[in-house]
Amino acid sequence: MGAGHHHRLHRPGDTLVHRLPPQCKLAAVAGFALVVVATPREWFWAFGLYAVLLAAVAVAARVPAGFLLRRMVVEVPFVVFALAIPFIGIGERVTFMGLSLSVAGLWAAWNILAKATLGVVASVLLAATTEPRLILLGAQRLRLPPMLVQIAMFMLRYLDVILEEMRRMRVARESRGFVARDVRHIPVIARSAGALFIRSYERGERVHLAMLSRGYTGSMPVIQDLSAASRQWLVAGMLPGAALAVLLGSWGVA
Amino acid sequence: MHVPDGFFNAAVSLSAGVVAAAGVAVCLRGARRELDDRTAPMAGLVAAFVFAVQMLNFPVAAGTSGHLLGGALAAILVGPYTAVLCVAVVLLVQGFFFADGGLTALGVNITLMGVVAVLVGWGVFRLITRSLRGRGAVVAASFVAALVSVPATALAFTLLFWLGGTAPVEIGTVAAAMGGVHLLIGIGEGLITAVTVSTVLAIRPDLVYGARELAAPLVLRGAGGDVTVTSESPAPTAPVAARRPGWFLPAGIAVAALLAGVVSFYASSSPDGLERVAEDKGFSGQAADHSLGEQPLADYGDVGGIPVGVAGLIGVGVTLAVGGGLFFTVRRRDEGSGRGEDSGRKVSV
Repeated sequence: MGAGHHHRLHRPGDTLVHRLPPQCKLAAVAGFALVVVATPREWFWAFGLYAVLLAAVAVAARVPAGFLLRRMVVEVPFVVFALAIPFIGIGERVTFMGLSLSVAGLWAAWNILAKATLGVVASVLLAATTEPRLILLGAQRLRLPPMLVQIAMFMLRYLDVILEEMRRMRVARESRGFVARDVRHIPVIARSAGALFIRSYERGERVHLAMLSRGYTGSMPVIQDLSAASRQWLVAGMLPGAALAVLLGSWGVA
Repeated sequence: MHVPDGFFNAAVSLSAGVVAAAGVAVCLRGARRELDDRTAPMAGLVAAFVFAVQMLNFPVAAGTSGHLLGGALAAILVGPYTAVLCVAVVLLVQGFFFADGGLTALGVNITLMGVVAVLVGWGVFRLITRSLRGRGAVVAASFVAALVSVPATALAFTLLFWLGGTAPVEIGTVAAAMGGVHLLIGIGEGLITAVTVSTVLAIRPDLVYGARELAAPLVLRGAGGDVTVTSESPAPTAPVAARRPGWFLPAGIAVAALLAGVVSFYASSSPDGLERVAEDKGFSGQAADHSLGEQPLADYGDVGGIPVGVAGLIGVGVTLAVGGGLFFTVRRRDEGSGRGEDSGRKVSV
């Protein structure tokens, strides 16, 4: 976390994947992630097939590989951790190129890397093909509490405003020659955080009053028709369905 | 500390999901007490604030830097229920939109960084501000609360890891590494939280939920020399409804017990930390061998004749039923009771 959050998430387009109703896509991604996590780590080729499935979705949605790779930067801290496991793991050890590695650690590292990467790519594809607002409306249709969805919507709408506010404060600090070097500089950063909180909270109060004066009664009106045809559910179900088929198929073989 | 997919086994992920769902359901009801009908816009902006603050990197020691978790800070500024909701929403958005933290690990992430961090932070804060009063006490309590919440979260992670982590790392090593690093980060978190709270206290003291008891009563002096003291606090932001301290006391006691354990662990292990861990390895190595050596097989192979995929699906069904049922009942009740309150409040606004 911390870095890599400033990419544009959504890639507008008009493909089959883009047109699917958001609730179908959400359910598909969640189902796919579950199937991936439930797959035993010994079945290498099953993970290969999952990757092929995701690649097929990416091609259908015309999401270029470079975009996917750039968005996968968030995974880096855990890749580092996963690569460290074979060295600090316990149990039986093997020697590879002069390095003593734990066998169980290698398995665990592979397990985390494979599953986390597939999960990240699936999430990135979802975010790339669906407008953030629509993802949340889809979540609401999937019976997520409306209050939670509304909070998330406000958060997304105002995130850029708050981040810009923070960026301006940073520019102001740095243009006065401030660089956070050690612990003694923490109060300066903390005062920025305090000012940011007051500005956010007061903005929230103004927004609330503005909403009240426009007739807000506790829920946001949804003006789009988000109902999904059974055919669309079928199309969206192809990703987790195919993954489940792979899982059950390899279970039958193994 | 965002946990990715595949880090914990299915059982732990699902149970953490149930805990997270229950916690969020409780907080959805509680947040109405803290923010009344302004919940959505206010909590949304506070969530955006938490998200932004998590990007503030601060230097911990030479070369390393950490970033805020923000759980304790949010709890002190806007109250514990709203804080859990905000952190949960931040994690939800990070998981779905930024691919930060796995979707199947969402329950683990919300339980750790939302429920545990906020509960511990707020519990410590209340314990201190109950016995000490005044602005200085609030600031000092903020420091301690944030300082404790970070290693507590790290230890909760270690506990979950011990129960169902998929990596064969010794539990003692994990505890030492996680605890040590996060104690350092906790000091930074504590400093930033304390100074942030004192800044807000200086400018808009009515915005600090944890200090709402400090507000002086409104005194009206009439022309004839009559003095009326209104008992009700004039704070317009936080409705000072009679808050049931109920479960905070047990939670506080649990936190105190945890704190005692944690602090004594650090105190005793600091002079000979390495030796201690090395010694423990002998005995905990066997325990770990047993629990971790068989765990992956037990989890991924057939468990009692039920194939893992089916077991997973059953578990998911149960989780959805439990979580969905909770949300549904809470939502129904909120809608039912919310209407009357809304219309009543609108007149006053």
